[in-house]
Amino acid sequence: MTAPAAPVLPCSTKELADTARRVREHVVDMCAGPEGGHLGGAFSSTEILTALYFAVLNTDPADPADPDRDRFVLSKGHAAVGLYAVLAERGYLPTAELADYGRPGTRLMGHPVRAVPGVEMPTGSLGHGLALACGFALGQRLDGRSARSFVLMGDGELQEGSVWESAIAAASLRLDNLVAVIDRNGLQLTGPTDGKAPMARLAERWRSFGWAVRETDGHDPAALVEHLGSAPWEPGRPSLLICHTVKGRGVPFLEGRPAAHYVTLSARNHARARAALRAAARAAATAGEDTVTAGRPA
Amino acid sequence: MSWSALATAPPQQTPSQQAPPPEAPSLQAPSAGPTPPEATRTAYRDRLLALLPTDPRLICLDTDTGLFGADQVAAAGRQYLDLGIAEHNLMGIAAGLAASGRMPFVNTMAAFAATRALEAVKIDIAYTGLPVRIMATHGGLAAGHLGPTHQALEDLAVMRALPGMTVVVPADAAQAAAFVDRSLDLPGPLYVRLGRKATPALPAGTPPPVPGRAQTLRRGRDAVLAACGPYPVQACLAAAAELAAEGVECTVLNVHTLRPFDTAALVEAADHSGLVVTVEEHWRSGGLGGAVAEALAEAAPARVLRIGMPDTFTDTVGGHEHLLAHYGITPARVACTVRGALGLGPAPAID
Repeated sequence: MTAPAAPVLPCSTKELADTARRVREHVVDMCAGPEGGHLGGAFSSTEILTALYFAVLNTDPADPADPDRDRFVLSKGHAAVGLYAVLAERGYLPTAELADYGRPGTRLMGHPVRAVPGVEMPTGSLGHGLALACGFALGQRLDGRSARSFVLMGDGELQEGSVWESAIAAASLRLDNLVAVIDRNGLQLTGPTDGKAPMARLAERWRSFGWAVRETDGHDPAALVEHLGSAPWEPGRPSLLICHTVKGRGVPFLEGRPAAHYVTLSARNHARARAALRAAARAAATAGEDTVTAGRPA
Repeated sequence: MSWSALATAPPQQTPSQQAPPPEAPSLQAPSAGPTPPEATRTAYRDRLLALLPTDPRLICLDTDTGLFGADQVAAAGRQYLDLGIAEHNLMGIAAGLAASGRMPFVNTMAAFAATRALEAVKIDIAYTGLPVRIMATHGGLAAGHLGPTHQALEDLAVMRALPGMTVVVPADAAQAAAFVDRSLDLPGPLYVRLGRKATPALPAGTPPPVPGRAQTLRRGRDAVLAACGPYPVQACLAAAAELAAEGVECTVLNVHTLRPFDTAALVEAADHSGLVVTVEEHWRSGGLGGAVAEALAEAAPARVLRIGMPDTFTDTVGGHEHLLAHYGITPARVACTVRGALGLGPAPAID
């Protein structure tokens, strides 16, 4: 591929962290609505989505159909509440519209739909996103564009066989403009992911398929931006970033619990969750600002 | 008339020996002699290969099918990719490419397109309405002795159920090529059921198909014979000729497009007789017979008798024609069904 584009939004890691906190507030509010939502997986991926949309993806809410844009597919479509919140913060839709989530007659369904600006493809059934992103990356290459395609998968999703069909194809096609991210929160709906399908030596598995693989703390904005922004890491190989995360991260009474997978917050628990996020914000405010500039390195 | 006779190339004739078939419908141009049998899948392949250099949107995505020869692959260059034996991945990549402005022709077998990869077809292609062309070979019983794993007797029901999916079954090689041409103007997804080996051509002079419009191959007031696919259409033409000799005149409809369904043409045709016999290589549920029954039940109730694959997986070895004969998808069965329905013979058996 050709030289990477310039950084999209100069953005400090503190700003990313602040944005992630606002995203969590939106998600908590959405999950207190009539239908509830997939809070756990949205919170394990909040920093990943925030880093992508605010410091990595070359996308413009004012021109969502720009053919030169980077593409993103939320393969773990159940994290839609997180995606909607990030898209709203980024300017794709009014933040006020988030109050519509799950309410009859609105467009904010429980899984992403293309009617929402910024959503490239509908997802929700697991194991689809990697092939879609391969198609986008292939199209970008055939068109001679320098843009990249990103996809976020859950670790439970890796139990779907179609993921591995696409893992083979991406490496075979040498799609080094493709970047896959795994939200390795270790939990799926009914319990530990490794209890269903042990994912030991996950990085080696993907390497053996021909991918360039890195691992990082999925809640560290600076690390996420550094890795995602600098892909491809090896010429001719697609990139995979395994992000170690905590399901329900940011709401102590839900962190690391399978019950966080799908939550309809009562008024009391909504208030508790909001209080926890405010406390985190106060703690962050007393810490020194990290001025690392995010964005794709030249 | 046997299937072998229909599928075997006729002996070479000199022009002076040629005569129009006795059942030649009046709407057809004078015959220039029978067109030799040809496989719909090779006709599609050859037409697509011819179009590739003319339209940069086009890209062929293959799955180790062997339909495209090495020289053809080389000539297609960047417009051909073999993605290997992974049909779910195939459909997803096609959707991503289609969402990027391309028009992928995905090449796989009907059995894999309609069942193995169905969820990707449903969500990534039908739900999005993207212009992917699913070119599904080995439709119906065409896989023959390869057995039920490779036969597709549910694909029309499956694809017809998906909103926005256009579903066509070319009745011969020329129609397969014509649908490739016409697909370039279709904004949404398309499923094309193709065969495997050479199948008979429609009578010379049959006009090209108009997508979405049933094709009237013969007109008669006593019954309507509606069919899709090469052998079923041939069975209806042969049965109509046989019945005409007995004074029973049938309309023959080539219902090459199952979705969108041409209800108007069907209602108009059925209005004269109130009797429709459907013929298809498909289980009797959900395919052409199902579509005809649904349409007429709502619009203009008429008696519908459905000839198709009985409610079973194939339980015997045999080539395409053998299986058609074995399961009663034949001209004789069509004629017998019409006679029975009109009180001119034993009542037709109803499964």
